[in-house]
Amino acid sequence: MPAGAEAPNAGTRPLPVPEAAGSAASMLRFRCDEVGCVYESRSGAIHALQNVSFAAQGQEVVSIVGPSGCGKSTLLRIIAGLQPPTTGRVSFEWQGRAEPPRCGLVFQEAGVFPWKTVLDNLAFGLEMCAVPRAERVARAMEVAVRLGLNSFLYHYPRELSVGMRQRVDIGRAFVADAPLLLMDEPFGALDAQTRRVLQEELLAIWQASRKLVLFITHDIDEAVLLADRVIVLSGRPGMVLDEIQVPLTRPRDLSLDRSRIHEVTRHIWQLLEADVRRELSLPR
Amino acid sequence: MPQYLPPLDDRPIYRWGALIIVTVVAILWELAVRTHVVSGMFLPAPSQILRELVLGLWGGTLLDSLRATTLRVASGLLIGGLAGAVCGLLMGASRRLSRLLNPLVAGVHPIPKLSLLPLFMVFFGLGETPKVIVVSSAAFFPMLLSTMAGVRHIASVHFDAARTYGASRRQLIRHVVIPGSVPMMLSGLRLAANIAFLSAIAVEMVAAKNGLGAEVWLAWQVLRLEELFATLVVIAAVGVTVNVMLRGLSRRVAPWLTAREVTI
Repeated sequence: MPAGAEAPNAGTRPLPVPEAAGSAASMLRFRCDEVGCVYESRSGAIHALQNVSFAAQGQEVVSIVGPSGCGKSTLLRIIAGLQPPTTGRVSFEWQGRAEPPRCGLVFQEAGVFPWKTVLDNLAFGLEMCAVPRAERVARAMEVAVRLGLNSFLYHYPRELSVGMRQRVDIGRAFVADAPLLLMDEPFGALDAQTRRVLQEELLAIWQASRKLVLFITHDIDEAVLLADRVIVLSGRPGMVLDEIQVPLTRPRDLSLDRSRIHEVTRHIWQLLEADVRRELSLPR
Repeated sequence: MPQYLPPLDDRPIYRWGALIIVTVVAILWELAVRTHVVSGMFLPAPSQILRELVLGLWGGTLLDSLRATTLRVASGLLIGGLAGAVCGLLMGASRRLSRLLNPLVAGVHPIPKLSLLPLFMVFFGLGETPKVIVVSSAAFFPMLLSTMAGVRHIASVHFDAARTYGASRRQLIRHVVIPGSVPMMLSGLRLAANIAFLSAIAVEMVAAKNGLGAEVWLAWQVLRLEELFATLVVIAAVGVTVNVMLRGLSRRVAPWLTAREVTI
């Protein structure tokens, strides 16, 4: 039974803002039970994931960190329902039902639709559940203002910088009104400075409209700074090495004293270093 | 990625270059005929061709021929192009369907559609039907193959995104499959338009009483070379017009594409 099944650091978190109060009653829970994934390839079976179990619920941000190639993205795809696990299962509980909810997916790059304007991209999730255009636009505008995209509403993604496109992708997930947001290294393709600014924006927008966020990254600092809880996956096959509560409160500010997370990041690196080195010394 | 390439060079030379070349060639040609370097019997002077062109368009048969050919091309392109686009979308979206039909496409595509004209005339008589069928079937394949390739080229993240946001099969087609394949569909349309025009001319040369193709053939039979050239000028003008119109169309239906991505 993973420790995270209980609401983590509930005491330290400020009261839910009114906007999120409605969804608090019908809290989303999900859990992965012994999820495993094996790919068949010509050179034999590749074990991407093995016995991955963890749970998450409510409005927490959980980050999953692990060396590259450890099956993080596969895990996310399995949770999103885009591919079935080879073994184990993912179960949901939301609004009294056991079926998986809609979720928002944010990609590393080029996830937004190039043929839709910024506004239509942002409103896409709502359009899929037949929300009338006027309401769709109003809610997309709200997020656009918050993300500083309001003067680019009628631009196409190719007219934007990479960082701005990632903002559109993140905005799309928040507008969609899905209880679960899955982010697959959304800042992975950005330079360090843009990345830092977007991390701050993500913290701010999450604070304003809380969701359950699953955030995949290979950047240990990022994992700790953004999340309430960090799940550490080993190198291939990905297994849960540890689950760590982040000793930081919300709302969070990235100008915080980094020495407070030093212990945690050092611990995570100790868990991962051997796997990363092993991966590098393998002849390919 | 296209956006890293330098911007398109838009100096007037590129805009008017083709026209300048044509004018220069026409002047040299005219001089050559006037000075009897070449015989006007075999190569009528541009001025004569122009005169024939004006006479043919006003009062002659050229305008009627143009109308007849345009109608055949348009109906063939509409029927064949639309069918090709629909089949291409379906075959692109469904792996099973494409596996089932690919051998059929591979078998029928290489047949010159003009060679099927006699067969269609046996089935449908001597009227317009067999002609339009030949033009349609010629337009069908390039549209089918381009659309199919267009669907296959859509990045899988777009399908993943749409599915996680809860898109139904119909929404997937409307919001991802169709817009995602539009760039390739447009270049398919250009190929289809050109091959439809080509087939219409060929059909008319063989089996029609009217149309630009019939006009060309008649001019050859009575050896009226200035008429032959005048018709060829009309054919070339139609080709240029169609391509300009297609470029305008692609700007309208796919405003997200850069000028460089618009291949027509």
